[in-house]
Amino acid sequence: MLDYDVKYLKYKTYLNTYCPHCNNSLNVKIKDNDFILFNGVFKGQDMTLKLSPYLDVFEVETSIPIEPGEVLDDLLCPQCKKSLLSKEISCGECNSPVAKIIISAYSKLIPFFICLKYGCEWHGLTKADERKIKLKIPRQEMPEQDQKLRIHNFQEVPYGLTTELAQLEAGRCLQCATPKCVEGCPVGVDIPAFIKFIRQDDFDGAAKKIKETNILPSVCGRVCPQEDQCESKCVLGIRDEPVAIGNLERFVADFERKMDLVKPPMVAARRNKKIAVVGSGPGGITVAGDLAQLGYSVTMYEALHEPGGVLVYGIPEFRLPKSIVGFEIDYLRKLGVKIELNHVIGTIYTLDELLENFDAVYLGVGAGLPKFMGIEGENLCNIFSANEYLTRINLMKAYRFPEYDTPLPKGNHVVVIGGGNVAMDCARCALRTITGEVTIVYRRSRKELPARAAEIHHAEEEGIKFKLLTNPVRFIGNDLNWVKGMECIKMELGEPDESGRRRPEPVKDSNFLIDTDLVIVALGTDPNPIIFNTTPDLKRNRWGYIDVNPETMETSLPNVYAGGDIVTGSATVILAMGAGRIAAKAIHKKLSGKTGK
Amino acid sequence: MFEIVRKDEMAKGSIIRFDISAPAIARKIKAGQFVILRINETGERIPLTVADVDPFSGSITIIFQVVGKTTALMRSLKEGGFIRDVVGPLGRPAHVDKLGTVIVVGGGTGIAILHHITKALNQVGNNILGIIGARTKELLILEHEMESLCDELVVTTDDGTYGMQGFVTDPLKKYLDERDDVKLVYAIGPIVMMKNVCNLTKKYDIPTMVSLNPVMIDGTGMCGGCRVTVDGKTQFCCADGPDFDGHKVDFNELEKRNSMYLKEEKDALLYSIR
Repeated sequence: MLDYDVKYLKYKTYLNTYCPHCNNSLNVKIKDNDFILFNGVFKGQDMTLKLSPYLDVFEVETSIPIEPGEVLDDLLCPQCKKSLLSKEISCGECNSPVAKIIISAYSKLIPFFICLKYGCEWHGLTKADERKIKLKIPRQEMPEQDQKLRIHNFQEVPYGLTTELAQLEAGRCLQCATPKCVEGCPVGVDIPAFIKFIRQDDFDGAAKKIKETNILPSVCGRVCPQEDQCESKCVLGIRDEPVAIGNLERFVADFERKMDLVKPPMVAARRNKKIAVVGSGPGGITVAGDLAQLGYSVTMYEALHEPGGVLVYGIPEFRLPKSIVGFEIDYLRKLGVKIELNHVIGTIYTLDELLENFDAVYLGVGAGLPKFMGIEGENLCNIFSANEYLTRINLMKAYRFPEYDTPLPKGNHVVVIGGGNVAMDCARCALRTITGEVTIVYRRSRKELPARAAEIHHAEEEGIKFKLLTNPVRFIGNDLNWVKGMECIKMELGEPDESGRRRPEPVKDSNFLIDTDLVIVALGTDPNPIIFNTTPDLKRNRWGYIDVNPETMETSLPNVYAGGDIVTGSATVILAMGAGRIAAKAIHKKLSGKTGK
Repeated sequence: MFEIVRKDEMAKGSIIRFDISAPAIARKIKAGQFVILRINETGERIPLTVADVDPFSGSITIIFQVVGKTTALMRSLKEGGFIRDVVGPLGRPAHVDKLGTVIVVGGGTGIAILHHITKALNQVGNNILGIIGARTKELLILEHEMESLCDELVVTTDDGTYGMQGFVTDPLKKYLDERDDVKLVYAIGPIVMMKNVCNLTKKYDIPTMVSLNPVMIDGTGMCGGCRVTVDGKTQFCCADGPDFDGHKVDFNELEKRNSMYLKEEKDALLYSIR
């Protein structure tokens, strides 16, 4: 019963209220206006109090003037004149006494509390009641494009929440006083606050709230691994499913964009300081956005012909529409960020040359060089790195060949090697561009697949096959040097390694052949050497990534900061943004002598 | 957008020279490095070597042969027209040292980049013997420019319409037989030509550099499409090259990899003229 009824308990719900003693209604209608009517006592004086009966609408009328902050002595039922003062609990905000009444917004009667301090907007159920009710609303699923249809197109798979679903989902949030979800967010989005705005129908307000700390909500709502971050910390998740924070984030960001409510925020007065941001991926966007808002003049350099980094060359259209990335880049331009495309830093300008012209430089160049396995036959035709395959499809739009000039790799038995999100992206792109079958080959078991659960689920749903505990040994080519097969070996899991995952070990004499005519190697990346070629003294760690101070993201060279994959190795969009935020604060502190926002 | 400040048809309808205004690139680019360009919104990214640079006017010279859709579209561009994207310099510069006597061998449009490298070799004071070849007289480019940079220049054409009849390896063999002071051979041209030159110089044990031009997309090491096998190891042409020790390059593999998209190239061309 509650599952059905509770969705009506949201902003502006009309409350039917009753006295807990005489069970008479407290609702009255005076000249077409609805009120909840109380008798009250203020400083020993009898008075009447009229409240709006709509949930979360704070309209109050009193018969005698009361200043905000003053507390009523008592509230009485106008019928039985008994005191409504609650002995059970006090106000959750200001600890003042509260009045207890009964509401019937649900199919049964439930105690409801109202704070007696004038101006305090606290009211509601006891936490225990609230938890009892809220657990019963299931997590709302996002509608998706049917799997039979979507494998023939590149349109986005999840459609986004509807307004109704979003409000229902927002209603599940407990609005914890010390929210754990915020701790799980690399950029510290005030999650309960933005969800509260959704509950009040103020979707624009919710979007603005997120944008205080996250410049790319429509991107993060789509590609963040929320199940490992904010949602993993949600209290509801202990006994039930956590609040779908990512889906809500996406909902408000899409609402703001579609309703044309995005306005460039106020930019601080121009400062006479220049910042160069190298790389226009998510980290670079964050640094550029933050510093431009603080009034710095920011120039962003991108090696490719389109800004966005991994958001445009890596993540496929069906996961992140490129029009959204374009929109976010336009927003940066409105903030005054200058974007220089086709600029490979390290060759066209060296880092030293940038330092002559800029007060600080941020290196967000991404990881770069694709890893190969170094096995026989790896350079046969039709074996691609994930980077190349995705770049052809996403950046160069090869799936629209010959309208776009870049050729699309073809095959009937596609094999993708690797188990991460990039491997899933490759497999799903392949499925959409060929007529045959697509197999993912991964050397550990399903449990160790590093991809997001949602991505694995989508891939399986679309009919991608998984060959687990399998490792390639060599590739076999035909007369024309095109790949025609792959020899593999079966693996078994041994003792856990440094990463805590069980180490895969080959099973002796278990070699077997797989037919394949298109192979995509998705095994991660190594650092790109271009900047180091001309700036060899930039200190690097033993894996070749840039060494930084984690508190400031400053490198071994003064005024040079770095973050994202070039520091951590292949990671996520939001971690790059987190690093960008830290660096922006540190740069601002150093250049202005002040701390940032 | 990058303006085409000068356009020449070096061989009518088939080999074309563009001078493109790109001051930042012109200031930095060194012999042996290349650029990638994309002519319009739907265009592909193609790597092109740079034949010459004028840092004062801020222009770079590219020379290309019309082979597919992109180059056919480029042919239709006029002086004063624009190319959407030009990115560079890419790749490592050629190693240019004063060695003494150096033979430079160029074939077809490979003579374009050879010209840039020869200029650099000349500037550090090498004694340069040049050999350039083409299929036929009309397709021979940069003869006068090369003549002014080389101490001696031999020209060959496959069909004998100009210069010596035969392949560039013929005069090369003659030089190698006659002279014992050759320190280095630089060979740039079609893969077959580079392969044959390397096979020849291997016998004489003369170090030979080649400049490779495989299929690539980003040109910054990101895609790995341009991988070539050198000395049994995989190298990325854009990040580790484009110049490699010719005796160690697996030309057969490169030849096959470069013909990977022949069908698509034809399809794209047909689509564009349909």
